[in-house]
Amino acid sequence: MENYAVYVPRLVKKKEKFAPGHRACIGCGEALAIRLAFKALGNNVIVANATGCAEIFTSQLPYTSWQLPWIHTLFENTAAVASGIEAAYKAMGRKGKAVPPDTKVVAIAGDGGTSDIGLQALSGALERGHNFLYICFDNEAYQNTGNQRSSATPFGAATTTSPLGKKSIGQFSWKKNMPEIAAAHNIPYVATASPGYPFDLMDKVAKGVATPGPAYIHVYSPCPTGWRCPTDIVVKLSRLVVETGVFPLYEVENGRYKMSMELPQLRPVKDYLKLQGRFRHLSDDTIKMIQERVELDYRKLLEKAKDGSKRSKRKSSPGTAKVSA
Amino acid sequence: MAKSESEMTWRDLNIGCIVTEPGSARQYQSGTWRSQRPTYEFKKCIRCGLCSLFCPEGCIEQNKDGYFEANMYYCKGCGICARECWPRVIKMVEEEEK
Amino acid sequence: MTQRVGVEVSIAVADAVRMANPDVVAAYPITPQTHIVEHLAELVANGEMDAEYIPVESEHSAMSACLGAAAAGARTFTATASQGLALMNEVLYVASGMRLPIVMVVANRALSAPLSIWCDHSDLMSVRDTGWVQIIVENGQQAVDNTLCAFRIAEDRRVLLPVIVHLDGFNLTHVIEPIVFPEQADIDKFLPVSSYPLPLNPDKPVAMGSFAPPFIFTEAKWAQEVALKNSKGVVLECWSDFSKISGRGYSPVEKYKSDGAKVLLTTMGSIGETASVAIDRMRAAGKDVGLLKLRLWRPFPFDELRVAVKDADVLIVLDRDLSFGGPGGVLASEVKAALYSLERKPKVVGFVGGLGGRDITMDGFEDIVNKGMEIARKGSQHEYEIYGVRE
Repeated sequence: MENYAVYVPRLVKKKEKFAPGHRACIGCGEALAIRLAFKALGNNVIVANATGCAEIFTSQLPYTSWQLPWIHTLFENTAAVASGIEAAYKAMGRKGKAVPPDTKVVAIAGDGGTSDIGLQALSGALERGHNFLYICFDNEAYQNTGNQRSSATPFGAATTTSPLGKKSIGQFSWKKNMPEIAAAHNIPYVATASPGYPFDLMDKVAKGVATPGPAYIHVYSPCPTGWRCPTDIVVKLSRLVVETGVFPLYEVENGRYKMSMELPQLRPVKDYLKLQGRFRHLSDDTIKMIQERVELDYRKLLEKAKDGSKRSKRKSSPGTAKVSA
Repeated sequence: MAKSESEMTWRDLNIGCIVTEPGSARQYQSGTWRSQRPTYEFKKCIRCGLCSLFCPEGCIEQNKDGYFEANMYYCKGCGICARECWPRVIKMVEEEEK
Repeated sequence: MTQRVGVEVSIAVADAVRMANPDVVAAYPITPQTHIVEHLAELVANGEMDAEYIPVESEHSAMSACLGAAAAGARTFTATASQGLALMNEVLYVASGMRLPIVMVVANRALSAPLSIWCDHSDLMSVRDTGWVQIIVENGQQAVDNTLCAFRIAEDRRVLLPVIVHLDGFNLTHVIEPIVFPEQADIDKFLPVSSYPLPLNPDKPVAMGSFAPPFIFTEAKWAQEVALKNSKGVVLECWSDFSKISGRGYSPVEKYKSDGAKVLLTTMGSIGETASVAIDRMRAAGKDVGLLKLRLWRPFPFDELRVAVKDADVLIVLDRDLSFGGPGGVLASEVKAALYSLERKPKVVGFVGGLGGRDITMDGFEDIVNKGMEIARKGSQHEYEIYGVRE
């Protein structure tokens, strides 16, 4: 028994930073992702949270699920609030006011609060280089208000504001690539993670919080309520989404791309789409279009990762003129 | 909270409605939400703990025998643990009417 | 007491902020507040002010960063005007609802459209209901004094509300005025080290900004209202203490030759200085007129106003703002509401003028007072009078 490589009580911290008794939907992927992510954080953390599912289900007066200092203000300003807290701690620390040193600010928001309404504040905070970790919990729509589309909603998904109808197949645009946008700000650390690979997620969060300067992690968070799928397949979906290449796991460290796992072959996206009610209406042609696009994007990512590994080889052997493919 | 919702006055609120008791949500019995509950065949359990890792509520803990069991006060019956348990220890059954 | 110097008011305000030793300044430039934030950046860059200066990417983020900083327990400052104030509007309600002691200077400027960078009070009125303590100043010295007082009022444990100091854009921000700065040692005693009772701190975790279902929302709002109403006592106390170190005192409704006057004019902002010279001229010519200048806008000084007008027959109110389709100027309608319950009250005549930087001259004030007296006598079919529009 003791020799099993996977032995959670040995590998994972027991303490929950995130108390049970929260009001997330049954089988909430975001609640799971937050719970896992926060196991990778120490105690010297202040959390700034955007309006959204996570904020609502953890903070109904007079209770709170949080066991860390936590602040929620508005929907679109998480990164700005996080900037303010970070600056305050910097100034107060310098002036000798009693604040714990090495306190890290972690900003969490949904896909709406990140790629839509919160994009400006995020871009500003990343550009200014504040020392904070930003985690986007992506459930691919404005789920807290009832599954309205966001720019993170994948192509073809049916939501209430991109519904299936005689003149519509659902979401008409492709998912906005937030990790790329974050990487374009030249920040030290960008990563994608999924609760289907919990140890990878926890490692990335630990890395992100330890990185000096801004770090961005994009976490896939299945929503059985909004995606119209059974509650028990949340973790299965979180694995499938990676194995089909729809949500590849990778890191960008100081501009260098690195894939988190080698997938010799991608599973067909149909395996992932057919499990969710929001994609049930898609025709074979549309699925083929999605398949092609997923493969194209995945190839592009692999190219970047190859460049990244080439660059690192070059760095480690400056005398070599020829670079191996 | 000592007072019920209908008894709380404006003076009972902290400044800015700040909540000073961390994790006070533990008082809330989310277990009333479930329509199915996990049942266990512990003789198959290998104590890997994957179920406790994947529980969105974080309510699965080791019992006195070291087997992982969900806390029914919080368990919402999502079934993720049953789905992920590879020795198939856990089976979801209908929650009975009380 | 330091020497009297001639300083551009914006620079003086920034210097006052430096004296208060803030921890975080998060600001976005907008005419006519730019010189304030520029000078603050200079002070930080030269090491003359030890603060984190966050050059945010919008006013909404400026106020949001202030929320985070104040919640962490830092002394926080920002400044803005018109469009920026409108952009951060939702955040202002959050700041007061969450009881965060942020200090903001607003350089009053007209709200678009059409675009105007010049002074009026439309932006001032747009934040009337946000729950902030609001002080309106008339000249550069008052701006410096009240910026310093604002920090003390905001951070007082009995208040813990954000404070706005309103000063007229261009008419004050861009003019050089004689200013006497208090001694730094006096200010260090006057402004205690900032501390927030329940800050964000890993040693003592708190949750801020929870959502309130209907069963508790009313109580939350009432708690906020009680705090704002009670803040008046702290404002008066602060002004009194400040007068001890500076020799300059302030009161919620400042009176200029108004005792016993039958006709009173009421103004807000720097236009009151011109009005006071006009009042002198009219009094010299034998008119029984006086001037009231509103210094404390929120919490509204009901008692002081009622006492100030008790002997007057006519109260002419000049607004530099217009609430479209309504009773005209907001100040006039608030004054009318404040006096409504009195048995004996003056006739209130509201004038709207000076919009978008339009000056009102001394002749103009005489005109307004005369017209006002006539309307009080004869009545009018209009809710208010618009002054100076070319028809």
